[in-house]
Amino acid sequence: MDDQLKHMTGQVAKGTMTRREFVGRAAALGVTAAVANSMLANNAHAAAHEAPVRGGSLKIGSSGGESTNTLDPALTASEVPLDNLRHLYETLVDTTPDGSIEPRMAESYEASADAKTWAFKIRKGIQFHNGKDMTPEDVLMTMQRHSDENSQSGALGIMRGISNMKVDGDNFIVELEVGNADLPYLMSDYHLMIQPGGGIDNPGAGIGTGPYTLEVDEPGVRHGFTRNENYWDADNRGFTDYNEVLVLNDATARTAALQSGQVNMINRVDPKVAALLDRAPNLSVKSVSGRGHYVFIAHIDTAPFDNNDLRLALKYAINREEMVDKILRGYGSIGNDMPINASYPLFDKTIPQREHSIEMAKEHYAKSGHDGSPIILRVADGAFPGAVDAASLFLETAKAAGIPLEVKREPNDGYWSEVWNKQPFCASYWGGRPVQDQMYSTAYLSTADWNDTRWKRPEFDAMLLEARSELDEAKRKEIYAKMGMMVRDEGGLILPMFNDFVDGVANNVGGWIEDPNAELMNNKAPIKCWVKDA
Amino acid sequence: MHPILKLIAQRLALGLLLLFAASILIFVGTSILPGDVAQSILGQSATPEALANLRRELGLNDPAVTRYFMWLGGVLQGDLGTALTNGRDIAESLGGRLKNTLFLAFWAAAISVPLAIFLGLLAVRYKDRIPDKLISAITLTTISIPEFMIGYILIYWVAIKWRLFPSVAIINDSMSLGEKLNAIAIPVMVLTLVVLAHMMRMTRAAILNVMQSAYIETAELKGLGMLKIIRKHAFPNAVAPIVNVVMLNLAYLVVGVVVVEVVFAYPGMGQYLVDHVSKRDVPVVQACGLIFAAVYIGLNLVADIVSILANPRLRHPK
Repeated sequence: MDDQLKHMTGQVAKGTMTRREFVGRAAALGVTAAVANSMLANNAHAAAHEAPVRGGSLKIGSSGGESTNTLDPALTASEVPLDNLRHLYETLVDTTPDGSIEPRMAESYEASADAKTWAFKIRKGIQFHNGKDMTPEDVLMTMQRHSDENSQSGALGIMRGISNMKVDGDNFIVELEVGNADLPYLMSDYHLMIQPGGGIDNPGAGIGTGPYTLEVDEPGVRHGFTRNENYWDADNRGFTDYNEVLVLNDATARTAALQSGQVNMINRVDPKVAALLDRAPNLSVKSVSGRGHYVFIAHIDTAPFDNNDLRLALKYAINREEMVDKILRGYGSIGNDMPINASYPLFDKTIPQREHSIEMAKEHYAKSGHDGSPIILRVADGAFPGAVDAASLFLETAKAAGIPLEVKREPNDGYWSEVWNKQPFCASYWGGRPVQDQMYSTAYLSTADWNDTRWKRPEFDAMLLEARSELDEAKRKEIYAKMGMMVRDEGGLILPMFNDFVDGVANNVGGWIEDPNAELMNNKAPIKCWVKDA
Repeated sequence: MHPILKLIAQRLALGLLLLFAASILIFVGTSILPGDVAQSILGQSATPEALANLRRELGLNDPAVTRYFMWLGGVLQGDLGTALTNGRDIAESLGGRLKNTLFLAFWAAAISVPLAIFLGLLAVRYKDRIPDKLISAITLTTISIPEFMIGYILIYWVAIKWRLFPSVAIINDSMSLGEKLNAIAIPVMVLTLVVLAHMMRMTRAAILNVMQSAYIETAELKGLGMLKIIRKHAFPNAVAPIVNVVMLNLAYLVVGVVVVEVVFAYPGMGQYLVDHVSKRDVPVVQACGLIFAAVYIGLNLVADIVSILANPRLRHPK
């Protein structure tokens, strides 16, 4: 059996077998999906050890670009600007594909015993694209810009727990109000790109320490980058001479561009066509299970969702397998009404899976004593891909349980400002976070701005803070398991599925590895991959 | 003053008034859309503080009327302002996009207009015979299929199967004319197929109408050939309705091709406008709206003037 598996992993590496096929066949040999995936990950690392080829150029066809984009890391929220950031700038530390921390602008870091004070030793001899040396002061000013209450930074929320920052010799020191064992993960946030002088003068200049320098910047059309000859880590990143990110928002335009060889890689392959696209001879479809999830969220402080039996009735009524099958076409996994899955560190795999059960749904619905008035679920196509169809599936299974669910379709335009986090029951998505603490702090802490289920439990907050400063991993894991169970059994979150990241990659691209942090290898495929025939 | 000059002056003044009205409509329209530019820039990840800061910085707290007149004052001095979303100069980024839009529209028109008129004349010449029916059937089929579908079909065959032309039509200033034409080949084909039927059918109908006149019969009796009659006697008299429909289609090629732009990722004005509408970036939407309105009004003005010049009765009013 081992030989057979080894042969199969080899086939996957060569691209003659897809990951999904592998997991399926491995299952036939009695190997669980999790083990099969980790075998592949190991093998992927082996593949990455192929010698990189220097030169040539990569073209990336990406959705999520608009003519309104800027190169200011603080305002970055979509895919194309993220690809751009990864070319131009770098963070203090990075989250690696296996979920650990890799020092970048910091060469090392250490925490005090209570995890309240962190010292990041800043790497020496790194220059910005403008020729200036990168110093601890630049790091400090960058962090100050993002933590300024007047800033518009998307990272403002995660900078709030910091009470003081300073420079001490070669070190950048962060002092926290409450100890946080996960601080390095927060520092790997893509907004916190180190810029000269903190980027205060001209945040969108595109001057960073990254492996590429800015050549062309036409927002909404294309962005071109030439290799930074002065790059400090040229052994591991920046193999091509020139990269170009083309904005291809139309899904068909993206797949056509990949098929006709005009681009080397694309993001967001439509699950509906992924299996068909994978059959094309010159490319392969890569999917990786991540932390992103599609959800239906109810405000638990608003009637009728303030009744936990009604919430449980809805949770039992949803058919998760069917959704993964029909909405994600198998490119995903079922959810368990908590925002955490096996892709997170310290995940407790023993937490029982909630099954679809019309009987249980009926029972809880009867217990809730709901008056039978329609329960309105608001959706829009933009809530997540397939949201309207998913709501229709939900509607059917709820009807079978006698729950008077009603689907109200909302326009995409203004959905995030008018419906999400405002209306009591709607569809939404989350991209996930690198660690559990960050996910819970972002959306489940009583005081969180994006607490979109109105989950306000002092005992939950207390556990979150306790786990945050706990350096003993076993204890942390136990606390996180308890918190997960609480959200699963009492929360307003109905989480039917975790979505995979599905990318399309031409066969002449070398160095591809699975990275569950985000699509296109955490948007680093353009700087970590090479062209085999360059 | 010459009556035609007077008429043109009148039309121009009316056009300016229309532009002004259009700018008010666009401003009101973008103001009543839900959400605002600050919310759209920061997206789902917006915190209330960040929102308030951005609103203050962008001057969104001023009353709408104040913002409108500040914008109008700028435009009258030739300043379109800067985009709220990325702080770029609107005139500069819009200029590039407008150039691209006109480039695509020009080549689509350069192929489709002569082709449509030629096919129209051919259809008249072979009225109710196979060439006529074939031309009508094919052009009516292509106009009936949604343009994105034609785009996808052509991409599948021309770009993926035969690899003749690229499916991504991104052009830039460093490309030579030949490279640019290669890049826009498929979009031009799509646009040609979309606008052909309208102009062809109008040419055919207008000329057939004229062909029933007594003077055509006279020409026929004189022994002139059919194509010569059409060219020398029928076409000049049918030119007014044809010019009208050609101008409408030209306007469409400039302002209505956003779907084609999306399918081929063409960096034209349509996509630029849509991006900024979804971000509620009012100054950019205003600027685009003004240009689109100006194109429509301008082309209609041309159509009117050409019909007047083509008609002696209008040219020499009593």
